[in-house]
Amino acid sequence: MIELTSASATAFVAQAVSVFDVGDGFVVPLLLKLVFILAMFFVVPILGGYLEHKVMGRMQDRRGPVEAGPFGSLQLVADGIKFIQKEDVIPRAADPWVFAMAPGVALVPVLLVLLVIPIGPGVFALDLELGLFYALAISSISTLGILMGGWASANKFSLLGGLRAAGQLIAYELPLILAAAAVALQAGTLSLVGIVEAQATFLIPGTDINLWYLFPQLLGFGIFFLAAMAELARPPFDMPIADSELVFGYMTEYTGIKFAMFLLTEYAGMIVMGGLIAVLYLGGWQLLPGVPLPGCEGAGGIFDCGWQGQLLGVAVTLGKMMLIVFLFVWARVTYPRLREDQLQRMAWLVLVPLALLNLAVITVAKVVF
Amino acid sequence: MAIDPHASPSSRTDPTLAAMKAGFDDDLFVEGADWETVVDAVEDETLTVNMGPQHPSTHGVLRLVLELDGETVTHLRPIVGYLHTGIEKNAEFRTWVQGTTFFTRMDYLAPLFNEAAFSLGVEKLLGIEVPERAQAVRVILMEFNRIASHLVWLATGGMELGSTTVMEFGFREREHILDLFESQSGLRMNHAYIRPGGIAQDTTDDFEARCEALLTLLTERLYDYEDLLTKNPIWNHRLRDVGHITAERCYALGVTGPLLRAAGVPWDLRKAEPYCGYEQYDFEVPTETAGDCYARFLVRLEEMRQSMRIIRQALDTLPGGPVMVADKRIAWPSQQSLGTDGIGNDPAYIRHIMGESMEALINHFKLVTQGFTVPAGQVYSPVESPRGELGYAITSAGTNKPYRVHVREPSFVNLQAANEMTRDHLVADVIVVVASLDPVMGGVDR
Repeated sequence: MIELTSASATAFVAQAVSVFDVGDGFVVPLLLKLVFILAMFFVVPILGGYLEHKVMGRMQDRRGPVEAGPFGSLQLVADGIKFIQKEDVIPRAADPWVFAMAPGVALVPVLLVLLVIPIGPGVFALDLELGLFYALAISSISTLGILMGGWASANKFSLLGGLRAAGQLIAYELPLILAAAAVALQAGTLSLVGIVEAQATFLIPGTDINLWYLFPQLLGFGIFFLAAMAELARPPFDMPIADSELVFGYMTEYTGIKFAMFLLTEYAGMIVMGGLIAVLYLGGWQLLPGVPLPGCEGAGGIFDCGWQGQLLGVAVTLGKMMLIVFLFVWARVTYPRLREDQLQRMAWLVLVPLALLNLAVITVAKVVF
Repeated sequence: MAIDPHASPSSRTDPTLAAMKAGFDDDLFVEGADWETVVDAVEDETLTVNMGPQHPSTHGVLRLVLELDGETVTHLRPIVGYLHTGIEKNAEFRTWVQGTTFFTRMDYLAPLFNEAAFSLGVEKLLGIEVPERAQAVRVILMEFNRIASHLVWLATGGMELGSTTVMEFGFREREHILDLFESQSGLRMNHAYIRPGGIAQDTTDDFEARCEALLTLLTERLYDYEDLLTKNPIWNHRLRDVGHITAERCYALGVTGPLLRAAGVPWDLRKAEPYCGYEQYDFEVPTETAGDCYARFLVRLEEMRQSMRIIRQALDTLPGGPVMVADKRIAWPSQQSLGTDGIGNDPAYIRHIMGESMEALINHFKLVTQGFTVPAGQVYSPVESPRGELGYAITSAGTNKPYRVHVREPSFVNLQAANEMTRDHLVADVIVVVASLDPVMGGVDR
């Protein structure tokens, strides 16, 4: 049984070719991939941010941005331009090098995670065999940037914010990884493309009904979603920022473009987490469980697609990402902020045991079926 | 012997202070010293954080010096005075009627209560009885003001807990109430509408219809807050068992208002010492026994309901008649009317004083420039403001200006409890506790 699974995974890895690998050259695919990643990095977070502005506005009986661009869609672009124009202030007592590096250290890992997230059939930059491992490992480096910012600012509020961030991210890394491990276990691969394929071919034992991992791993999905929200320090888990307590936490002393980089980290982080959730639990670019995309062949009808299938696949993944962003925003609008100790208690006493239970159940199920 | 300027304040001895301190918690007293020395005097193991006066959640310019052990608060010192306006002193140089325009700016979230308390005190000194209609209108507007103030408390409190939705909702409803105030007094805030002798002008024709519409709207919206917050798990986690204070400590510290009622004491001046005809209305004084922030939330929510009950009864029994005392020596002479360019002096009245009656002109001139005189005496007039007992201690020397007005401000007194309520709590709880105290710095500093 186990041999069968790994054989299918290996077979599949051979066919997972990126659409950007055109011709035999080195330079053209590399440039294409760079363009793709940067587009993902700058455009999709703005989409997510716009969605947040508008959804939050509607939920709170407001209109959200309306002035900048059609229906206010360029508000974040305008904000970005404004940030660039701002004076770059470095506090006299700050450690200038660490202070200046911190936003970059926080931002770059998010960019790197985008490398491995597949958003359509063949639409990815890199299909690592250890994709999931890579994504989770790299994304935790962001914490280091936050801690650096908090430490180097020479501000007590920043320091408290940085320490809170460190404590929070350590606590929530564990349930996040345990939940992701259950997915990897069920899929039998760590490759993100492999996980999408495994979902497209996963049948309820004894039937031929195809299902996404959302359903067998509903508990794991909940844990991953909560932990992702805490990882991103999104309200109601935004204690590292907690504007009413710590002014703006580790970002208190930051101005201009550096502040914008921290903000972009948050929005891009939402997109990355949305992408990971889409890939791990929502069947990646699959439109509906068991329904092949138009013009596609391959396992579950989601590979070797024509351009229509590829476009539709990308749209589907983006839609799923935005759905997750919508859920993030919904939680933000509904709930006040938790307290730091309550957050830690929830991680260690609720989420970690539940994640272990989830892992155990999936393991047993994997062996039995 | 020279006094060491760097010595910690507690090392100085002052016999008078020592006598005052006997039997009290040491932390309540601050001896005159530069605050910098207090900040520096803390040992190295703890972190001193200066929260405010410029801080997102200190309700204006409240400064809190926190001593933190990790994130646990070991000591909180509220420092006030950053919004000192000198209103009490200023009032000594203004006529009695002009006084209202100053006092209304103190607790800017409850302007009508300041006006009413001052006017009631002046009326007591004058020994006059205000017409029934004016009293009823005062009650209606004060209760609306109480709701508006509680809505701001809910909005800012929610904002400080990171719930921007509550903030939007609270201010949204408050805006409707301010619209009503604007329609009656011409101003959204700082109305100077309630004056010694009655109210500035009669209500508009659509006053009752407006109030009814507002009551319907607010009844509906209050359910929204309950749905969103009362059972919200995080809201419960954050507020329950935070900032606990017992009734005994409330007595010792002089804490009044929703804080005292949340500790189980049904003390409400509207019941205890009715004014403005509150004894005619049937309402309850909501209490809770827990004495924590959640209990205060429930008390304030219920108080809004009870306020609406009072307004409903006052509207049903709203009497007709004048809104200012008949005594021409006190009643503000000017009449207003709506012209093509807005509200201004009534042309008929101007015709009367300018063309018909010399005596009327003299009376107008004397009252407007010099004002009326108030018999010498002292009076203390308390009202139940949204934050607790708001009392005006007024001394008149028999002239056209107050000799001294001292205000017992509930925000100021209640703030004393902040240290006790936050001890051994986390920094995050400080925010919750200060929000539940609902201090308005305009009132604290005066």
